[in-house]
Amino acid sequence: MTTAERDPVLVIVQLVGGNDFMNTVIPYTNPLYHDVRPGLAFSENEVLPIDDTLAFNPHAAPLKEMYDEGKMAVVQGVGYPNSSRSHFRSTYIWQTCEPDTIATEGWLGQAIGEMDPDKENSLTGVNFGRGLPQSFVSKGVPVTSVADLDNYGIMTSISDPDRRSLSLERFKNMYAPVAGTGPVMDYLSETGQGVLSGADDLKRAPAMYKSDVEYASNPLAKSLRDIARVHLADLGTRVFHTSHGDYDTHSRQEMTHEQDMVELSRGIADFFQDLEEHDAADNVLMLVWTEFGRRLADNGSGTDHGSGGGAFLIGNMVSGGMYAEYPSLEQPKLANGEDLAHTYDFRGLYATILEQYLGMDSKPIVGGTFEQLSVFN
Amino acid sequence: MSTAEISLMAHLMRRAGMGATRDELEALVAQGYEAVVDDLVHPERFSRGDPDIIHPYLHGPLPEEPSTDDNEDILLRYYRGIGAPGSNSQAKWIFHMVNSQRPLKEKISLFWHQVFACAPSKSAHPRTNRRQLEMFRRVGMADFHTVLLELSKDPSMLFWLDNNENHKDEPNENYGRELLELFSMGVGNYTEEDVKSTAYAFTGWSFVQPAHGAVPYGKWATEFDFREADHDYGDKTFLGVTGPLDGTDVIEMVVDQPATARFIARHLYNFFVADEPPVAAWNEIPPQDPEAIDTLMAAYYESGGNIAHMLQVLFNSDFFKNARFAKVKSPTELVGNVLKLVGTYREPNPGMDRYAQATALMGQMLMSPLTVEGWQTGSGWINGGTLNERVNFAVEEVSDPDKPGIRAIIDRLQARNGSALTPEELVDGCLDLVGPVEVEEDTRQELIAEAAADGNIVFNGNRAATDERIVNMLQLVVSTREFQFG
Repeated sequence: MTTAERDPVLVIVQLVGGNDFMNTVIPYTNPLYHDVRPGLAFSENEVLPIDDTLAFNPHAAPLKEMYDEGKMAVVQGVGYPNSSRSHFRSTYIWQTCEPDTIATEGWLGQAIGEMDPDKENSLTGVNFGRGLPQSFVSKGVPVTSVADLDNYGIMTSISDPDRRSLSLERFKNMYAPVAGTGPVMDYLSETGQGVLSGADDLKRAPAMYKSDVEYASNPLAKSLRDIARVHLADLGTRVFHTSHGDYDTHSRQEMTHEQDMVELSRGIADFFQDLEEHDAADNVLMLVWTEFGRRLADNGSGTDHGSGGGAFLIGNMVSGGMYAEYPSLEQPKLANGEDLAHTYDFRGLYATILEQYLGMDSKPIVGGTFEQLSVFN
Repeated sequence: MSTAEISLMAHLMRRAGMGATRDELEALVAQGYEAVVDDLVHPERFSRGDPDIIHPYLHGPLPEEPSTDDNEDILLRYYRGIGAPGSNSQAKWIFHMVNSQRPLKEKISLFWHQVFACAPSKSAHPRTNRRQLEMFRRVGMADFHTVLLELSKDPSMLFWLDNNENHKDEPNENYGRELLELFSMGVGNYTEEDVKSTAYAFTGWSFVQPAHGAVPYGKWATEFDFREADHDYGDKTFLGVTGPLDGTDVIEMVVDQPATARFIARHLYNFFVADEPPVAAWNEIPPQDPEAIDTLMAAYYESGGNIAHMLQVLFNSDFFKNARFAKVKSPTELVGNVLKLVGTYREPNPGMDRYAQATALMGQMLMSPLTVEGWQTGSGWINGGTLNERVNFAVEEVSDPDKPGIRAIIDRLQARNGSALTPEELVDGCLDLVGPVEVEEDTRQELIAEAAADGNIVFNGNRAATDERIVNMLQLVVSTREFQFG
């Protein structure tokens, strides 16, 4: 199968808590960096240099490798005007593309609705984790959320397999739509049936999967392996989502962020290696994002909430390199007098993916026209 | 005692609280519906009733409104919790909602928490946010004037909406705007100039860290602080009235507006009676029951905006009594209803934190609404991920026949029907004792088909087998679409 025959697939990794972009892609030769981060700056001989000004975090060697292979784009200074320092609010803004007003329509949910307008496949969008990210929520668009692929679905606490399958059969019949019971009952039927049919299909994935790649043992690695298993099972999933970490490093950042970087970079590298081994990587683009960057100056042992952050696009179709501008560390150019300012609007990044990669109109989803990147081969 | 009476009382207790056990429902029906409503809106008749067991020993008799959070009571010992900040407060709140002898006080606090959505994620002092909940308990059923005034002095709200940044030389409109738009009159009933005047009227309304020293862990709750030097004493025009208005004057004028009465009436209807469209659409979509809104507005006027009186009118109205299952349960209601049903956590025990986590996974992390507009309620609670969590949570909770509430259901089924249960008796008995839940006939037939597959239940001493079949039926009942409604 060649790339042209396969639908483009998008994998989202959300770094929860606000990743410290400045200690991920590090301006290691900038004296200001060392001045403002007395407790947390990496020295020049620790980092993994990209060029004379920027370097990768020393614990992110696998990311550096992917970057060197030209498969990774770093989108610098990504954010939005008047960045919110609330995790919840800022995450919500990234998920709904509405910085000023309150919207409930998630950008990925809308994209999934475009991909599957007749709601034929509730696995078109699959989240790995519990609950559902707001980005996946779009009225009338069935999506699936999987906490544990090997034990997924309704009534998983019923351990006797025969009894569970009987109960699921009853559940299915009880959730059959009945005319005249009202829109909320209809919606519950549709949602319940979607969860069931998704579960039936997903059951097939683990049995079909064989791989030589040994993933690490942490929740992100597990989720990425689950994504690989579902992708390789060819169930029609076009958008995957998972999240990682505790990036909210107010204190003891050195330890926590190191672990974050190790898990993230190794997890992503293993995931793409797994897909490569199965000749299934060419139609997979990964977006790694976080709700905001952290404060310019450290607070002794960590960093507080900031604004401008950074995102990664990874995949064989990506033309690797640095995109947009690294935010200035100079005092007058800071946001709020103390944060890296954003230099590029995240809605442009989404538009780039929606228009150039997924081939759909981005305006209604991101709410306008934003500068796109030329980031694909 | 008729099924209709039990159903109606169960409806009242689901809406005014977190539900009630069958024993409780029978006692309440015997008391009479209107008398129960009267008790609900007079919480002062009841002791707190939940176990601040240690408090009296350490601190002497409980004050009228004891702080539930800053005292080292037994709940704090158990629900310290790890993980998300304040998760112990969330679990403790759920505990209180399920066990309080003053259920409406907890429920009205949840109501105000949804209307005045405010999250501790933006607060440096979690204790300050817990104080907000205590404030809702204290004044939540008073007159709306008091509620708005207390809210406007609440440090976590002042911080959440940046009123501490609202200076006379540099006004910040955030609180002033939301006070008019989201907390009282609603958009379209005031001008931009009114917003600006409101902002000026609230300049200097800020908070301060009290000076009585640090506590071992964290800081004290912050307290309201009026900063005279930062207050604008000049003339402003609000709703056509000009003068040296301050925040108190603005609130007094706001609560007299018909738009405010209508707004509160519709909020109460939406929370306690039946799901309305999202608040943002209220200007475009009229209320589903305009007469009910008129009735509640009249109750507002005749009582000087007294919330307890409005609730009494509401609960005694036909529009309320006829609105059984007209609302999708919020995650907190679902978790609370299930806890009432299974009868666990009637006393503090370890592990309560997982119920706070459960509501979060279903889309309602208490004390952390995403935005000032609060949660999307009604069918907004439901999506593939949250429905899966709701069903799995309830199914797992009812799986243990030795939980007190499940055992009580099994015992009642046996006592009612003697030595055996037909499939119909099993289904109707479970539907009755879980709610009563009212289901579509198709749903009932499916449950009967399940029950019939194994024939009659015979109470012949094989308790394990009987238990298993009844638990199986309860699991199906709580997984129905109908169970999602409250």
